[in-house]
Amino acid sequence: MNRVLIVTRNTFREAVRDRVLYNLVVFALLMIASAVVVGQISMDIETVVMISLGLSAISLIGLLIALFTGVGLVSKEIDKRTLHAVLAKPLRRWEFLLGKFLGLTLTLAVNTAAMAAGLFLALLFVKHSLTRGDSAVLVAVYFILLKLMLVVALAMLFSCFTSPLLAILFTGGLYIAGLFVSELRSLEATNLTPQMQKFFAVVSYVLPNFGNYDVMGAAAHGRSIAGNLVLYNTLYTLLYCAILLAAAAAVFSRKDLK
Amino acid sequence: MPAPAIETENLAKQYPYGFLHLKKKTSLEGLTMQVEEGEVFGLLGPNGAGKSTTIKLLMGIIFPTSGRARMLGKPVSDVAMHHHIGYLPEQPYFYDYLTASEVLDYFARFHGYGHVERAQRVARMLKKVGLETAGKIQLRKYSKGMLQRVGLAQAILHDPKLVILDEPMSGLDPVGRREVRDIILELKNGGKTILFSTHILPDAEVLCDRVGVIAGGRLRGVGAPDAIVTMKTVGMEILFELPESNAGAEKICAKAAKSGTGYRLGVGENELYAALEELRGAGGKILSVTQIKPTLEDFFMELVGKDRAQAAAVEVSGR
Repeated sequence: MNRVLIVTRNTFREAVRDRVLYNLVVFALLMIASAVVVGQISMDIETVVMISLGLSAISLIGLLIALFTGVGLVSKEIDKRTLHAVLAKPLRRWEFLLGKFLGLTLTLAVNTAAMAAGLFLALLFVKHSLTRGDSAVLVAVYFILLKLMLVVALAMLFSCFTSPLLAILFTGGLYIAGLFVSELRSLEATNLTPQMQKFFAVVSYVLPNFGNYDVMGAAAHGRSIAGNLVLYNTLYTLLYCAILLAAAAAVFSRKDLK
Repeated sequence: MPAPAIETENLAKQYPYGFLHLKKKTSLEGLTMQVEEGEVFGLLGPNGAGKSTTIKLLMGIIFPTSGRARMLGKPVSDVAMHHHIGYLPEQPYFYDYLTASEVLDYFARFHGYGHVERAQRVARMLKKVGLETAGKIQLRKYSKGMLQRVGLAQAILHDPKLVILDEPMSGLDPVGRREVRDIILELKNGGKTILFSTHILPDAEVLCDRVGVIAGGRLRGVGAPDAIVTMKTVGMEILFELPESNAGAEKICAKAAKSGTGYRLGVGENELYAALEELRGAGGKILSVTQIKPTLEDFFMELVGKDRAQAAAVEVSGR
């Protein structure tokens, strides 16, 4: 595990020294700040607008970082051949993959926390105090982080056996498809043939269910989020990530590096 | 009897290519060789001959299509064995957001050294490769030669038993090359086993106990550089001077080449005494008589001669 953490630490250090990430976080904070202005011109629902815009900004910036950095985690190391010297150390390939994944997850956690802090500061500025209902925003931010972990795992899997561009397209495509899992499941009630209904049912359970993480509406309106959902989403993310990373490790462990 | 430091048996590597990956290009075929403990072994060959493929197979960067390889008595798939192996990749590239000190510290962590031990080793290695004043500069500002030095430092940082260097002289100026030669000799004197690839033949002649010549993906010959270059005498060379007013020496002068104030004449071994008699008769002054032996370069060119296009890439100007 120590070797995994060495890679994790270095991946995080790389992110800390990457100015692009700072720019993205600053951009998200600017969006949150602008939400204050937009909120003030929205009669009675300024908090709802602010939270919705703020969470959207956190999610969007996080997705950009997870997708593009996630795909580059392995492919960049292969392209630049930095991996050659690393793999000459007593380090297994799966340990390298896991370390990279944890490193980017840590980076995303810090970035998301920074952006969430900005959102809470904006809320405090507008409302002058925080209420118990605002804790739902914290849960929403946590769900965004879980969602980003899943995107990173997907991006890493695809980048292990295809080009970075295709990996971005596949990950992006699966993310969009994963937003409509509940709609796929509701197809059972339509006039589709039983075979097609079965097919879509199977697809809906195989696809990563990104719709599960969307609690923006509840958070914006201060409604509490069920503890069961928090537990379910946490376990679902961990299990799904473990499966994706195991598949990525299986591919990567037999991959010829250039 | 100790196991060889490196042994390969019918090691082969094919790469699929084409749109459907149905065609196969052979990069290495049937490589069977051994590197004994404590020796310096040079893998020679023109560009694209299969030297780097061999090294990448040993280091687990690529996987063999067939055959087996072992290092330090263990299969190359055993990653734990990397504790005792140092590797310098060809044209090494490291994380450019790190400084040389940081990148060496990063690599040292994999060997489980504590903070103080790491700091000492990093400082020692930076000094050894001549980068002690550049240790705090990010690698993105390094030249190719400086990166090569960092690569060498990380390869020997953990005092490995076996050091594998892929083109260690590449990108270095003459001073740097001399320093790398000295480091390799120092490692050799310290009892380390060294395998290195090169297409700079004089380096191999100076450093290697044995060399293996690879061309077209196949091992064409293995032996000690001395044994190879002294395997036969191809002729004799006579260096002589003639008095200026010697009218009877035109015949012998026509066969010789002018060299400074004298002449250089190459003859077969069995023609030596006749040539010496002729020179004496012409009043010539014999300066020296030496055997002409093939150089490692001649041996190399002969082995790769079947593929002239590749052989042309051999750098013979590094002498």
